[in-house]
Amino acid sequence: MEKRPEILKSKNKINGKELRVKSRTENLSKIREFIQEFASSASFRQDTIDNIMLAVDEACTNIIKHAYKSYPDGEIVIKIKYKENKIIITIIDYGTAFQPESIPEPNIQEYFRQHKVGGLGMYLMKTLMDDVKYVSVPGKYNQVLLSKNINSSR
Amino acid sequence: MAEFNTTVKDQGDVSLVYLNGYLDAHTASVLESNFSELINQDKYKIVVNFKDLQYISSAGLGVFMAFIEKIRENKGDIKLASMNDKVFNIFDLLGFPLLYEIYKSEDEAVKKFSESFGEKT
Repeated sequence: MEKRPEILKSKNKINGKELRVKSRTENLSKIREFIQEFASSASFRQDTIDNIMLAVDEACTNIIKHAYKSYPDGEIVIKIKYKENKIIITIIDYGTAFQPESIPEPNIQEYFRQHKVGGLGMYLMKTLMDDVKYVSVPGKYNQVLLSKNINSSR
Repeated sequence: MAEFNTTVKDQGDVSLVYLNGYLDAHTASVLESNFSELINQDKYKIVVNFKDLQYISSAGLGVFMAFIEKIRENKGDIKLASMNDKVFNIFDLLGFPLLYEIYKSEDEAVKKFSESFGEKT
């Protein structure tokens, strides 16, 4: 990531932004740029932005691989807003419903032996964000809600 | 978009893999091919230089997990070198320092191979 000069725009209320992309891994870089742009215009610290970008990347990677099972023309909608010191990201897809309870907390040694990495992304999301919530309406849509207080330490 | 690329070169019997850019679910296959090719050539002593890697997601970490067992079965290893703090933090969060040797410099990592070789002969 290039070092950007700290942009000190007014801290007035910043309107939410939205990005729609197809369910292709080539769009992950576009998704990260979208987060970077929004968060730097809100003057977040770069390490906070990096963590949020990674969490959103992981959420979208899971959607591409699991909700859409690598079908390239699914839709992913990413909404981001900043409210009362909290950054809130909502990611919506129209693929297969996701049961977060079915994904166990990863045991790294065990994963290592089994060559399994699927749960790592979710573990990272939970570690990097303050809150991760899933809502699935089967046959309609799935929604992941990621939030983070920008004054939190990580 | 050239968002990720690698360079592979030999130094004695050690293979050096240099990573550059952004390693995610889209670009992970590039590194997978590098490791597959090295294994096909029976090259199991690998040092990965992270100096120019800007970003890694779990899909990138998964590549290391996918090949390490096969490489260690063949008396080799993947040793990691020159990570920036940001990338190291991600490895650290997932407990990877328990599973992989991580060195400050490429030289140090390369030397470890000759040390362990020396002990065995």
